Amino acid sequence: MGETGAVERRGLRTFTLFGRRRGGFRLVGRFGPRTRKAAVRSVFFAPALLFLMFLVLYPVLQTVYISFLSPTGAPTLGNYRAVLSDPETINPNLSWPPPLGTLIHNALWAGIHLPISLLFGLWMALILREVKGSSIVKSAIFLGMVTPMIVGGVILRFLFETGPGIVPSFFEAIGVHSLAISWLNYRETALLGLIFGSVWLWTGFSLIVYSAGLTTIPQDYFEAAKIDGTPPFRMFFRITLPLLRPMTLVIITMTLLWELKIFDIVYAAAGPTGGTRGSVDVLSLQMFNYFVQGSYNLAAAVATLLTLLTLIATVFLFRRMVRS
Amino acid sequence: MIHLIAWSVALVWIIPFLGVFSTATRPASEVTFGWWQVSPYHPTLDNFIKALTQPTYSISKGYLNSLIIAVPGTLVPLFVAALAGYGFSRFSFPMRDYIFLAIVLIMSVPAQMVAIPVFQIMVNANLVDNQLSLVLLHTAWGLPWIILFMRNFFSALPLEVEEAARVDGASDFRIFFRIVLPMAIPAFASAGILQFMWVWNDFFFALILIFNPDKMPATVLVPHLASGQYTTDWGVLTAGSILVLLIPLALYVVLQKYYIRGMIGWTIKG
Repeated sequence: MGETGAVERRGLRTFTLFGRRRGGFRLVGRFGPRTRKAAVRSVFFAPALLFLMFLVLYPVLQTVYISFLSPTGAPTLGNYRAVLSDPETINPNLSWPPPLGTLIHNALWAGIHLPISLLFGLWMALILREVKGSSIVKSAIFLGMVTPMIVGGVILRFLFETGPGIVPSFFEAIGVHSLAISWLNYRETALLGLIFGSVWLWTGFSLIVYSAGLTTIPQDYFEAAKIDGTPPFRMFFRITLPLLRPMTLVIITMTLLWELKIFDIVYAAAGPTGGTRGSVDVLSLQMFNYFVQGSYNLAAAVATLLTLLTLIATVFLFRRMVRS
Repeated sequence: MIHLIAWSVALVWIIPFLGVFSTATRPASEVTFGWWQVSPYHPTLDNFIKALTQPTYSISKGYLNSLIIAVPGTLVPLFVAALAGYGFSRFSFPMRDYIFLAIVLIMSVPAQMVAIPVFQIMVNANLVDNQLSLVLLHTAWGLPWIILFMRNFFSALPLEVEEAARVDGASDFRIFFRIVLPMAIPAFASAGILQFMWVWNDFFFALILIFNPDKMPATVLVPHLASGQYTTDWGVLTAGSILVLLIPLALYVVLQKYYIRGMIGWTIKG
């Protein structure tokens, strides 16, 4: 930035001097070319800003605005009160078979899916360094990332349904009859099925990012540590893990965002209502259902809450990144 | 030992896809007892033909619609974001870094946050059931990360050529179109493939803006294939899924290098 700025300033100064020397048009000399230049340069930004203003910024603000309006247009906090006290969002009866509420489901998604996909991706990235044909293994695991999530949801239903599904058949074969069922039809299994299934879809992300991160660590570090007789696990915690910190932060944030925004998978696997009695309902789906019913104010409140959560996750990343 | 673990993980990961493939390419009678029963195996394309020619929700029409949305939905934001990204990397102006940060922050906003006003805008503009609405929306939605991506790319380019051109009296636009854009082709490839996949794979925006089955992109048609009378026709559903998956998969296989580069550049530099 510094270098560019310097070039800019120099360029501008000569331009102004030049204008003055020609004499007469002092005002033009001082402001004209500069204004003209600014005008030309703003053209670089204009199309992007137009799109962002009309289709992102205005809608976001408008959504926040209507989330504070009652259906009749009076200002109110009632939408948030209604959403947060709705058993659909947080079920006061927090006992196992879901529905536990969309907010809790999203939290469970993050609490289970994030550590598993992160650690499993890291572990695979580490062992794949020594495996022949690792690129094929990586591609196989990465397939889930390329898959449209709506198709991902269809495949999850396909996996967990008795008949076509290999999961119930597997449990049948090993004699665990309680799990030899159509997972997504039962409140006890539906949510966990989708969460584990989404690990299958998402692990490719942490694997690829960690793999790329590992290639940036100079081999000398490991060799030096090996000569010093550092045990492998110590090498991992003292060298590898700290150097992978930026990747870890990125993976945590992106995964959290993905879990908070999860929609297509649930829609395709369990239907627009979020499964039996909403046992796999999530925030984004809840918002969608309010939207479809025409309860725009409630929908806006859910959307705003969801956005608040994603912003917290993003700011967490920014602050950590700035610090390191 | 490590090899064994790695390859068995790969196998487990691929099994669902094998199942989908096996179900889609066989008559339903052969998979009654599970797609893993491989004898008899009579390969057939019937399921694909059914999915492609389904009377209301035909995937062939969906394919065309997806392309109508995804091609301009990729090219327009690439160009618009290249302009802005170049501006952010080369021009200094007050509040530049704050504006840039704000744009980057937009990336975390979920689609649901804009759904209601965007829907109302499109109703007022008479663009519901019109693919143009999705092109515009995906352009706006793709801009933040492509701007970030392009800015990072341009910032890494050497300044000398541009400065030389500027000394020779070339205008900002001339420099951008004649010198910078040609150098940015690899970056366009990386950003373009990710944006294309994002648009192709999108479900939510299309779901709220397109209601006419003739105008729906392929992803929105997929759940409709499932709604049989009493039972799910898994053959057609899996065949349809494969068809929708095929385009991003083919892109990934052919342009893997650019895809990964885009992915890594987007996340790590981001």
